[in-house]
Amino acid sequence: MPALVLLGIFMVYPILWSLWMSFQVGRGMNFSFGGLANIIRLTQDTVFIRALTNTLLFLAVQVPVMLVLALLFANALNDSKLWGRGFFRTAIFLPCVTSLVAYSVIFKSIFAIDGIANQTLLALHLIADPINWLSDPFYARVVVILAITWRWTGYNMIFYLAAMQNIDRSIYEAAKIDGVPAWARFWYITVPMLKPVILFTSVISTIGTLQLFDEVNLLTMGGPSDATLTLSLYIYNLSFKFMPSFGYAATVSYVIVVLVGILSFIQFVAARDRRA
Amino acid sequence: MTPLALIGRFATYLLLSVAAFISIFPFFWMIVGASNTSADIIRGKSSPGGALFDNIAKFVNSFDMVRVLFNSFLIAGLGTALTLLIASMAGYGFEMFRSRFREKIFGGLLLMLSIPFAALMIPLFMLMANFKIINTYQAVILPGIASIFIIFYFRQASKAFPSELRDAAKIDGLKEWQIFLYVYMPVMRSTYAAATIIVFMNNWNSYLWPLIVLQTNEMKTLTLAVATLAAGYTPDFGVIMVGAIAATLPTLIIFFLLQRRFVEGMLGAVK
Repeated sequence: MPALVLLGIFMVYPILWSLWMSFQVGRGMNFSFGGLANIIRLTQDTVFIRALTNTLLFLAVQVPVMLVLALLFANALNDSKLWGRGFFRTAIFLPCVTSLVAYSVIFKSIFAIDGIANQTLLALHLIADPINWLSDPFYARVVVILAITWRWTGYNMIFYLAAMQNIDRSIYEAAKIDGVPAWARFWYITVPMLKPVILFTSVISTIGTLQLFDEVNLLTMGGPSDATLTLSLYIYNLSFKFMPSFGYAATVSYVIVVLVGILSFIQFVAARDRRA
Repeated sequence: MTPLALIGRFATYLLLSVAAFISIFPFFWMIVGASNTSADIIRGKSSPGGALFDNIAKFVNSFDMVRVLFNSFLIAGLGTALTLLIASMAGYGFEMFRSRFREKIFGGLLLMLSIPFAALMIPLFMLMANFKIINTYQAVILPGIASIFIIFYFRQASKAFPSELRDAAKIDGLKEWQIFLYVYMPVMRSTYAAATIIVFMNNWNSYLWPLIVLQTNEMKTLTLAVATLAAGYTPDFGVIMVGAIAATLPTLIIFFLLQRRFVEGMLGAVK
């Protein structure tokens, strides 16, 4: 099986290697065994704490918002009597096909200080002064969250839409005849039936957000003053930007592994509980 | 229709219209932007301007564009073809052959899916350095082609592949690879279409790994070229918008060509 051989070379081997590296200290290519030195360094590293908090914040805000939106859109688009279904479906999926670089740049220009976003908000009298989107720690985070939500909602929507089309129509017909209102049909039939897919998308989105790199690197470079620094960006900076310290970077990356493990486990347990 | 249902209907259309507008607006912005000067774009000018040809010329001259496009298409195209071949073979194998270790190996694969790329980046880079293939096409393509996500996807979809077809083909004397090539692949067309969109998109747009392994300008992909243009302190947004359009167009075309099969293919995978 060629796939297993390739996975062996390009997955298993690097995984083991980076585990070994996470116990090495030193800069550049000089390593020595440091035992738990890297883990101790983690607990005292304020930049790391910052990156960890930012990443968890993005995760806690963005993933639930995105998945709920995707579910709502999919449910609306699953109605065969809806006018303009094809158009809405394509429009909402469209952001997914843009390149990360392209959309980061577009967002950068939209959220420039005298850019279109500020102009619109000023014209609508929603704000009194232009917001310095990308240079203000709070608003820079808002832009990052908006950007990822814009890009990935349609992607998740397609999974839900496909799964919804597998649900037997007659269940809905029966519920309709029994006088069950639309919101209740959504909540008591659609959502439970989609549970495996919701679990799948939430695990995938969690993994994706924990590894967030491209958008923050292109939009804000992690700034202003590390307000949007993520763990992946920190790992990149540690390994390639400054004097490389690969061992410590590997330790930071195992923080992500542990987080993914914990969160996936919680999601699996939560999904099982609701079934019971 | 009851008044309540009417309000619901209205809310649905409102929600979808707002979502569609927000989804499409940046595309409109990108196209209008390509025809404006950088200063106009930052000032939020949202009507077409006269700088289109100027921007295109500047963009084409800022890199060896023929080479950059060639790199992008080669890496994304070859990467996609190899990924689909390897992953669909693995997915087929997992579903068709029963072995004692099948579920254990598959479980192991799913666990690996949760290992972030960031954790593999440095060892992979060192591995490539040991193979002495840094800054080559192989280095960009190889790590991606055994995609666990796509293997998983093909295995799920293969559950819908009727085993009677395989049995019948076996009776007719076809070998395993012939069954795969002449029976399985045509039957699973939609699955391949959906996977093509996803894999091509990922390969074409991939940024972090190429950024690390491709070090000279001649090897850069379009994504990297646009990122380089955008990285300066005073980026020329008009030129970048042209680049953004160029970077988006191929995936957009593939999506529209395969769109009908795409939803069908997704349908098979989530059953």
